[in-house]
Amino acid sequence: MLTKETYDVIVIGSGPGGLAAAIEAKKAGAQDVLVIERDVEPGGILLQCIHNGFGLQNFKEDLPGPEYAQRYINEARAIGVEFLLDTMVIDVTPQRRLYLSSQRHGYFTLDARAIVLAMGCRERTRAQIRIPGMRPSGVFTAGTAQRWVNVEGYMPGKNFVILGSGDIGMIMARRLTFEGAKVSRVLEIQSYLSGLSRNYVQCLQDWDIPLQLQHTIKRIMGKNRVEAIETVAVDDHWNFVPGSEEIIPCDTLLLSVGLIPENELSKKAGVLLDPITGGPYVDERFQTSVPGIFAAGNVVHVYDLVDYVSIAGDTAGMHAARYAAAETQHEADYVPLKAGKNVRYVVPHKLDRKALENGNIQLQLRVTRPIEEDVWLEVRSESKSVVRRSERYARPGEMVTIMLKPSMAEEVRQAASLTVDVYPKAEA
Amino acid sequence: MEEKNFICTACPMGCKLIVRMEGDKVIKVLGHRCRRGEIYGRQEAVAPQRMVASTVRVRGGLHPLLPVYTKGSIPKRRIGDVLAAIRAVEVKAPVKATQVIIPNVIGTGVDVIASRDMPEK
Repeated sequence: MLTKETYDVIVIGSGPGGLAAAIEAKKAGAQDVLVIERDVEPGGILLQCIHNGFGLQNFKEDLPGPEYAQRYINEARAIGVEFLLDTMVIDVTPQRRLYLSSQRHGYFTLDARAIVLAMGCRERTRAQIRIPGMRPSGVFTAGTAQRWVNVEGYMPGKNFVILGSGDIGMIMARRLTFEGAKVSRVLEIQSYLSGLSRNYVQCLQDWDIPLQLQHTIKRIMGKNRVEAIETVAVDDHWNFVPGSEEIIPCDTLLLSVGLIPENELSKKAGVLLDPITGGPYVDERFQTSVPGIFAAGNVVHVYDLVDYVSIAGDTAGMHAARYAAAETQHEADYVPLKAGKNVRYVVPHKLDRKALENGNIQLQLRVTRPIEEDVWLEVRSESKSVVRRSERYARPGEMVTIMLKPSMAEEVRQAASLTVDVYPKAEA
Repeated sequence: MEEKNFICTACPMGCKLIVRMEGDKVIKVLGHRCRRGEIYGRQEAVAPQRMVASTVRVRGGLHPLLPVYTKGSIPKRRIGDVLAAIRAVEVKAPVKATQVIIPNVIGTGVDVIASRDMPEK
């Protein structure tokens, strides 16, 4: 049985965000740190991401997902982070009481001085993109197929079509090819790639898998099992282009059509969610609207690199430990951060006016449309520019960041709000 | 003079590289933002290399498969042979992360190693 009923910091989820948060909480002085995981082992989705490309930033090495997770798991265990595996969190209250259930312990409760939400994200499914046609078996999300192929040892089909050019879809196209399957096509409704361009090169181009931009599925065909899909070209407003239909025989359709932060528990805890990101509104410490409840990683907004998820976990974990130690909470005076020109959202959503006294703060954002030319990223108050830096391009599939530094503290302190814009240099 | 175009895969930035060639020789790499990008461009134009990740069967483990990967990159044209060598292997749990599963796979000089611990069931 568990030794304690109250922990300094409880982390929900043991993926990269949760592991980093737990380690950092412990290092920041929290005595009792517990990670709760519903699977039988820690690591989260990294365990099924067997391809390399992880850790370039944090380890300066090119690691596969499981090894990236392994390093954090080993460190967490070495410094005394406790794990509670095979356990579901059923409910969380704003007073930070957790209701849990597991086969081993039955139904029980735990209390936390601070909580870090690290539930990650889930995949969008067929129901969320409303594909017409029959309802045969053989339609899966790319992540489900990834779990089967890489962890459980099942092939979900022989001849695939993939809808969506997200990273998981492209990585699965290569993986399935490695395992002897045929991937006939990858379809993307938008006019640009939604994943990283390096995955287009290594996963599709290397294996001659055709990518069709501005194409989608008109209907799924097949009674018991998928037999074919009918594709169609779309115009700039996603209307079908008549006469462009094509029937592609296949037995399996994988969907790689986006990820949604997983916040069912956050809602139960009374945490306010941003309808744009699908995750909690957070300040620069990754504290949510509920004092003492922090959030880290894909639960806040969907990242494209795990290294950044870990860094977010570090921040949330450290501040959760400080909150747990202080017991009382300091009243922050916040500056709101707003998404301006060509910007879909900015995280954090608000900034403590005094935060820059303690060091740099990184703003993370996504643009609304691809801009394939030199751009300025600019943070401004009502009256003046606070900081700007240049990039060679900005794409919705690739998160961009801009750093606020202590030298900008005075401007931030005086601003009523801050707005972030991204625009072509030619327009400046 | 010939020009080859690549998208760099050394990191997620995805820089667009232009490699100027004279015959089989690389004269200049343009468009990279770091040294790794230049190295990638020079290599990609002459003899493309890739890391390979797959799984091997594991007996008595928590899962039926153990993820493995090549510790370094191997010639792209030999990926099929490396996959065949990986497919032929079966290991027994427990396994430790970074444990060598196939030393010097098909004579490439690169080891195939375990991506994670695999405890016994």
